[in-house]
Amino acid sequence: MTWEVVIGLEVHCQINTKTKAFCGCATTFGSEPNTQTCPVCLGMPGQLPVLNTLAVDKTILTGLAISADINLESKFDRKNYFYPDLPKGYQITQFTVPLVEHGHIDIVTKSSGAKRIGVTRIHMEEDAGKSMHEGLDAVSHIDLNRSGIPLMEIVSEPDMRSSDEAIAYLKNLHQVIRFLGVSNADMDKGQFRCDANISVRRPGEPFGTRTEMKNMNSFRFIKQAIEYEIVRQIEVIEDDGKVIQESRLWDSVKNESRSMRTKEEANDYRYFPEPDLPPLRVSQLEVDTIKASMPELPHQLRARFETAFGLSAYDADVLTQTRELSDWYETLVAGHPADPKQCANWMANELLGRLKEMNKDLAHCPISAQAFALLLDRIADSTISGKIAKDVLDAMMETGVSADDFIEANGLKQVSDSGAIDAMIQTIMDANPKPLETYRGGKEKLFGFFVGQVMKASKGQANPAMVNQRLKEMLKA
Amino acid sequence: MDIDVQKVAMLARIRLTDEEATELSPQLSSILAYVDQLAAVDTEGVTPTAHPHDASMPLRANVVTNGNRRDALQAVAPKLESGLYVVPKVIE
Ligand SMILES: [Zn+2]
Repeated sequence: MTWEVVIGLEVHCQINTKTKAFCGCATTFGSEPNTQTCPVCLGMPGQLPVLNTLAVDKTILTGLAISADINLESKFDRKNYFYPDLPKGYQITQFTVPLVEHGHIDIVTKSSGAKRIGVTRIHMEEDAGKSMHEGLDAVSHIDLNRSGIPLMEIVSEPDMRSSDEAIAYLKNLHQVIRFLGVSNADMDKGQFRCDANISVRRPGEPFGTRTEMKNMNSFRFIKQAIEYEIVRQIEVIEDDGKVIQESRLWDSVKNESRSMRTKEEANDYRYFPEPDLPPLRVSQLEVDTIKASMPELPHQLRARFETAFGLSAYDADVLTQTRELSDWYETLVAGHPADPKQCANWMANELLGRLKEMNKDLAHCPISAQAFALLLDRIADSTISGKIAKDVLDAMMETGVSADDFIEANGLKQVSDSGAIDAMIQTIMDANPKPLETYRGGKEKLFGFFVGQVMKASKGQANPAMVNQRLKEMLKA
Repeated sequence: MDIDVQKVAMLARIRLTDEEATELSPQLSSILAYVDQLAAVDTEGVTPTAHPHDASMPLRANVVTNGNRRDALQAVAPKLESGLYVVPKVIE
């Protein structure tokens, strides 16, 4: 009998404001420990939180981007638990009425095609500090620079039925968030982290007992963790056991998950309304203003690249993975507007391929899009062949030299002068009387031999189309 | 109303002896029963009160106003090491 997998995801995403959610402390990553704190984010008595207006705007923008409803009145609550990296003893969050509800994200997977995944809600909350345990014996170390950094928690419906769907949803969400600029969403820095609620059931039956895989921050680990947990739950049930509702932690070194359950973890957060914060009210006008500032979203950009530039769906997808990529491409097309498809091919295959080999990202590309456009111009105006252009690009990537300077300095200009090409062909014909005779005797396969000889004699610089044409004529005579 | 005093105490990180728990149990129950009288009020059609004051949340600009005051703020910390707070070991 088959099993059906049910996955719901909770993403914690740090909003990239300059200051924390409820105080004027900086949020710079990697600063000296505890240098970005104040009585508010340290939970000292008598302090009052005041919410960051930009964090509100960015959460609304995110909600609008996933076609969600914005609650013009939302509320904040206290989630109570004790942990040393939570100095107040509670987290300020939105439990009863979140700012954003009822959105969705459309995904496409190989296994199940196009599918709409519901987003239950996006609520605002604050991050906790950071605990460090490694290399320490009886103690832990606490850095509270992260305490109070604004977070969006994006909660999906339990709509996903495979790890592939879960990863597609996450990648799509991650991409939208990066395009909106509401978070740097750097997973290595913990700015985009995921909890996965996983259960299995027989198709058509009610939901099974779920477990929660906590705090994963790499797409690869999330996929591994989900797949591991599915197998584990099925094994438990098929051995006549019962899945226990619990939080589990993925160990990416051992490739296994383990229970986080302790006797004290009763998951009783005793939420109650945050008495320090009156309701958050936003006007429809504010929401409309934010909506008007919405940048082009990845799916809109893909569609435009396909229609305006005639790109294949694949190329359009590759070139819209990040805003940096699509901006670079559009600058390139502006510099070489004659052939957007050629721009796409050369950028996707030659440029990105070389960057990958150099282990660099586009932000650190040694050449500008304008310089790259000039190289494509030189192919288009027959100054160099496509083959030579690849060598020129190698040199440009290595030293940052311009295409024209390198072509000039190395005498790479393509020979398109018919007199010069005729002379080269004549020399080759004179030097190879035997093959010439055989060719004229009817062995036309030898044509390729003559092309090769002429190109070699020209060091690859003869215009290949002209060589072909002139050879055909001259070999006949 | 019956309440698990030891559970409530554990959630609040308060250590109670059994004698204290026994003594507190009826007290807490009577407090809850007292508050519970509110349930008798007919609230049909009444919007829940979000906050005792009829106010909207003021917001702050996204401008850094706090500098590094680590030394002053950590003066009350019982134990420190290289700028980090030292606490009894917590395992994730
Ligand atoms: Zn602060």
